[in-house]
Amino acid sequence: MLKFTAEHEWLKIDGDVATVGITTHAAEQLGDLVFVELPEVGGTSFKGGDAATVESVKAASDVYCPLDGEIVEVNQAIVDDPSLVNSDPQGAGWFFKLKLNNKADADALLDEAAYKELVG
Amino acid sequence: MDVSSDLKKTPLHDLNVSLGARMVPFAGYEMPVQFPAGVMKEHLHTRTAAGLFDVSHMGQVIVRARSGDNADAALALERLVPVDVAGLPEGRQRYALFTAGDGGILDDLMIANLGDHFFVVVNAACKDADLAHLEKHIGDTCELTMLTDRALIALQGPHAQSVLAELWADIAGMRFMDVRACDLHDADCIVSRSGYTGEDGFEISIPADRAEKVCRHLLDHPDVMPIGLGARDSLRLEAGLCLYGNDIDTTTTPVEAALEWAIQKVRRTGGEREGGFPGAEAILGQFASGAARRRVGLKVEGKAPVRPPARLYADAEGKTEVGHVTSGGFGPSIEAPVAMGYVPVALAAPGTPLFAEVRGKYLPVTVTALPFVANTFKR
Repeated sequence: MLKFTAEHEWLKIDGDVATVGITTHAAEQLGDLVFVELPEVGGTSFKGGDAATVESVKAASDVYCPLDGEIVEVNQAIVDDPSLVNSDPQGAGWFFKLKLNNKADADALLDEAAYKELVG
Repeated sequence: MDVSSDLKKTPLHDLNVSLGARMVPFAGYEMPVQFPAGVMKEHLHTRTAAGLFDVSHMGQVIVRARSGDNADAALALERLVPVDVAGLPEGRQRYALFTAGDGGILDDLMIANLGDHFFVVVNAACKDADLAHLEKHIGDTCELTMLTDRALIALQGPHAQSVLAELWADIAGMRFMDVRACDLHDADCIVSRSGYTGEDGFEISIPADRAEKVCRHLLDHPDVMPIGLGARDSLRLEAGLCLYGNDIDTTTTPVEAALEWAIQKVRRTGGEREGGFPGAEAILGQFASGAARRRVGLKVEGKAPVRPPARLYADAEGKTEVGHVTSGGFGPSIEAPVAMGYVPVALAAPGTPLFAEVRGKYLPVTVTALPFVANTFKR
């Protein structure tokens, strides 16, 4: 199940674990990324809290946690090579895996059609 | 992205949009922050080939002596800048600063001697205030005209000379900071060999109605790529050049900003035309006894960019605050974060270890000599 947030994140939900990243639209808007900071594995994150930071040549942006849960895995590959987020934002450029506190929370997120409408 | 319609547009607006620029508000103008290639590629292309910049938002001012004698205009300008204008030969340009009574900096600018008048280029955000400042202080002796019907472009990079030489054969004879009036593609232009990237290159003032044609001609050249304000900022930062409003402003003096080189001996204590500019007492006093703080380069350990206004500390625990960052970001050419900031003079020596606060962490930085990337000016 693929879901989106209005903050330009995508979630690929498999059981109670969501793989989270930023959308192609967000990656295009941010431009060439030069730095990614990811959360610590094992940490508890709450919806709307800061989960990661991305920096382009020009500016820093926060990536928010889309739902309540526990960070169970992070993608070290994008820390080593932030350009992966630009080249494959909705694939190899994923950020972290979140074990959801409540799977049903995801129902309230946007589906792909609603997200596409949002970004025009 | 919506851009408010009350923003001004440059004569190259339609060209920028047609090239796929992402337009953003900047100093009251709708300006291209980046083109489809992106900041990284635009930056690197400028360092290896040639980049074309629209900087038409900047103010272009003609200063002409009412007496008809250009020497009178030079002496009038010297009442506002701590710079040797009277000794600036025809066909030459010089970096200058409008200083305030307390020694602060009102703007930085370029002054060119075009024989029967001076041609002055000022920052976009300051241009109305600068014109008012000029009118107020030297309007009695000089006629001041803001040129609103001209574009300003910059062609920067190691191939700038060969590209421009195809339009105008005489370009190769120009040295860094030379200025010439000339015809480019039948447009009446003012060309200076200067820029804001640390690369060899040219800035060209063009009549607004001919600007797009000249730019399209330049862009037809395979070596030339359009460059936005994003890369302009990372290029000037690597080159150690100040951005007015960030690295220099009314709270910084030329000595604190490490811009002593811009104040020639003739205007300093003991010089033939010593002082006589706003803030002379404070600024010349700092030449004699030093300033308390100084602008320095900061080499950042690790990969996290350190951006303004990050605080600088002497210790890794954030106990002793010693200054702050005024410019910072990622340097594509050196493939690492770069920053500038102000620190006490005792901590300004290259090699001094400091710590910058970024998102609650104290990241090690090292004071380093500027620029980060050596300039390639054709002196």
